[in-house]
Parts: sequence; C-alpha cells; structure tokens
Amino acid sequence: MKRSMQALAVMTTALAAAGLALAQQTKSAADGIAEYRAMLADGNPAELFEAKGEDLWKQKRGPKNASLQACDLGRGAGVVKGAFVELPRYFADTQRVQDLESRLLTCMETLQGFNAAEIAKTPFGRGEQKNMESLVAWISAESRGMKMNLPQSHVKEKTMYEVGKRAFFYRGGPYDFSCASCHGEPGKRIRMQDLPDLTKNPGNGIGFAAWPAYRVSSGELWGMQRRLNDCYRQQRFPFPGYASDVTIALGVYMGVNASGAESIAPSLKR
Amino acid sequence: MNKPLIIIATSAAIGALGCASMPSPQELDQQALAVIKSSFRDQGIAKVDRLNQDLGQQACSSDTPPSEAVAKQIETASLATIKWPSDGQYLGDWREGEKLAQNGRGMTWTDPTTSNNGGNCYNCHQISKAEISYGTIGPSLYQYGKLRGVSDPASPTSAPIVQYTWGKMWNSKAYAACSNMPRFGHAGLLNEKQMRDIMALLLDPKSPVNQ
Repeated sequence: MKRSMQALAVMTTALAAAGLALAQQTKSAADGIAEYRAMLADGNPAELFEAKGEDLWKQKRGPKNASLQACDLGRGAGVVKGAFVELPRYFADTQRVQDLESRLLTCMETLQGFNAAEIAKTPFGRGEQKNMESLVAWISAESRGMKMNLPQSHVKEKTMYEVGKRAFFYRGGPYDFSCASCHGEPGKRIRMQDLPDLTKNPGNGIGFAAWPAYRVSSGELWGMQRRLNDCYRQQRFPFPGYASDVTIALGVYMGVNASGAESIAPSLKR
Repeated sequence: MNKPLIIIATSAAIGALGCASMPSPQELDQQALAVIKSSFRDQGIAKVDRLNQDLGQQACSSDTPPSEAVAKQIETASLATIKWPSDGQYLGDWREGEKLAQNGRGMTWTDPTTSNNGGNCYNCHQISKAEISYGTIGPSLYQYGKLRGVSDPASPTSAPIVQYTWGKMWNSKAYAACSNMPRFGHAGLLNEKQMRDIMALLLDPKSPVNQ
C-alpha cells in the first residue's frame, strides 16, 4: 500500500512535468488519462507480477534445478537493486551488450539449464515467456525511484548507441515509417494517445523509463521486448526477434537518452 | 616527398589505438544495416523484404534531412509515379471516405491480407469536427475544401487544389521528400475508388468536413 502511494506520487510528478511540456493543447486528454491512472494506481496489478517474480528468482527451477540468485545483471552475482537502471550494458562473459531480457535468457540457460533459443521463440505470454514478465516486473521494481544511468564507457556500448540511433531513424515498409515518424518530436499524439519524444529527455523519462508496465487494456505485464515488438508491428515492419540486436541497440539509444530520468517501472499504462 | 611519411605515421596511430577505438561513421552505417537485416524475420504478410529501402526511404533515415539536390531528386521522381484517376473523376462518396478515414487497420503482420486497408487518416489528422479522437502528427484537415475556396470541385478554378490533393495522397513524397505520410496510391495501400471517397470527404462541399 505504501509502495503504491509512492508509485502514485512519482507517476503524478512525471505526468505533471509531461503536462507542462505539452502545454495547453492536450490538456483535457492528458488530464483525463492522468485521472484514470490515479484511480488505478492505488492498486497497480503489476505488484502481483512483482511478488511472483521475486519467488521465481529464488526458486530452484529448470533442468539444473537451480535458482537465479547467482545471476549477474551487471552489478555482480546476485545483485538486483540498481541493476535495471544500468541496462542494457556490456557483459564480459558473453562479450555482448545485453538488455534485461537477453541477460535473463543467458542466466536461465547457464544457471538453470533452460534452452534460451527455445524461450526466445516462445510467443509472449506463454510458458517461460510468462515467467519472464514476472521476473522483469520484480527486477525493475527493485530500482524504482532510481535514475537511469546506462554505462557508455565500453566501445561496444558506444557502438550499440550509434547502431540504435540509426535503427531508430531507419525508414522502411509499406508506410515508410521509422521509430522517429511517431517518436521524433515532442507534443504529438496518435488519436488520443500522447507520444513521447524518444530522442531526448523528458520524452524518454516517460517512455523508456516507464517500461516494463502493466497494460490495463489487455491485462498483461509487458517488458521492453514486447513493447518494441508491438511498435514494430504498428510500424508495418517484419517481426523483430526476441532479444535480437536491433531491440537491444534501441534499448541503449533510448536508455542513454533517458539518463537522469527517474525509473517508475513497472508503471501503469492504458 | 613528405606525403608517404605522414601516411605511415597516421597508420601507426590507428594501429596503436587498436580495437578500443570507435568504428567510423561509415562503418557504423554498415554495422547498423547488418544488425537490422539479421534481427527480423517474416511473419504473416510482413516479410523481411520490407527492410529494403528505396532512395527516398534511405535519404530520410537520419536526424538530418537530405541535401536540397537529393530532396529535389526524390520529389521529381515521386511526382512522376502519380497515377491520375483513369476516368478523370476525382471525387466519390464522402460517407465511404469517412469510414476509411476512421479505419486504422492494414499491412501489419496480424492483418490477414494486403488488400483490406483503412486510410488511417484520423490517426494523424483532425478531419471532421465531430471526431474528437484524432492525432496531431499531420496538420488539421478540418474545413479542408472550404478554407481553400472549393465551392465546386468540378470547376476549372478548383482543379489545382483537387489535383494536388490526389497527388499528395498517391505519393506524398512528390511535395515533401521526407513527408511522414504514407504513399497510399504508390504503395498500393488504397485503390482508386477508395482514394476518390477520401477525396470527397476532404473536398465535397456537402461533406461534414466543410460545414
């Protein structure tokens, strides 16, 4: 309950800031949505996912009957607090830049003996993908209120930022859309839906820093991978692989652009 | 005489930095393309060939617009692709146009076919006064014909704006190289009849848009 109130306060502050930036134009729409969220935020159903995620982290599972407690999310084996706001980042053991979900795949394979490729191929909301939702809810919640602070010291991290920037502006498909078509300017919307400008803060503070999120319209908890997947669907692009490099590069681009923004994940979305 | 020495010195400097140095902008372009091409797969009607860019898509894929010369080249080539109505009729039924404008479906991997698309108009534009759920990526089209003095769309004085509107919908890049708007005719998103109906929504004096 106390945590919900804190989340509500954080969310209200973020919305107020967004409202200022968008000025009068979208006032009524934004106000309506803010009220709607405030009514729901008192009991964000994401909390149910968080509780399950913490259990899943500690539970012995998989062919190796092991927990994830030795998983290194970037701050050392087993350290969860503060890890989320520094992802995606470079990992020496895999020699790759990884986001939260691709890193969890690595841990589930190496520690628990699951087949990462099989999980990546599983549709969202089924099997181990369903467990992934709870894990990302809990892990992100452990960094709630902290500021986004992705490392950019390794050359691969800097490279992925540049690759992500290029992917963000890459136009294609039958509608000629890129990510930037909808998220390259402040104060725009599709129908009534406000669109964050993901090339800078504060747009990214209310965009990237607000996912994972519980979506009221579908009753599901979406991680960043699922969020990006549905963006690409609506962009009329082909299907991005789960944990593919383009999704991780976009995570680096948006995450670095969100530097200093407060993480409110898992948040509440329409 | 000095030149070869400078080249040797520069190569040595690059060698010393080794793999800790950042790739060049051109190498990053190549890497980005490789990452994009390897990250997607076919799903339903959305095939990976959608990642292949034409000149305009390629030139409009960064945070800096193309040079004036390239923009002009794209606009000229796009203008040449416009197919004008086969029977000279530009306007259809605004009621059908409103339905298409409301319909945001089409061309995603969850759509069963490529031939049953909406106009997606309200996603980005205000159009009729009655529909308050509209997007703001494109300009408001409320009173589109009225504001442009179109009282009789068939009259010669209306011809320039009527033809421009058709052309803009057929291939938006003919008038702005990096327009955010899809090329509804050129990309085969809407057929001629559907184009006429949306034209009527915008230009028919009886359409609610022009009240």
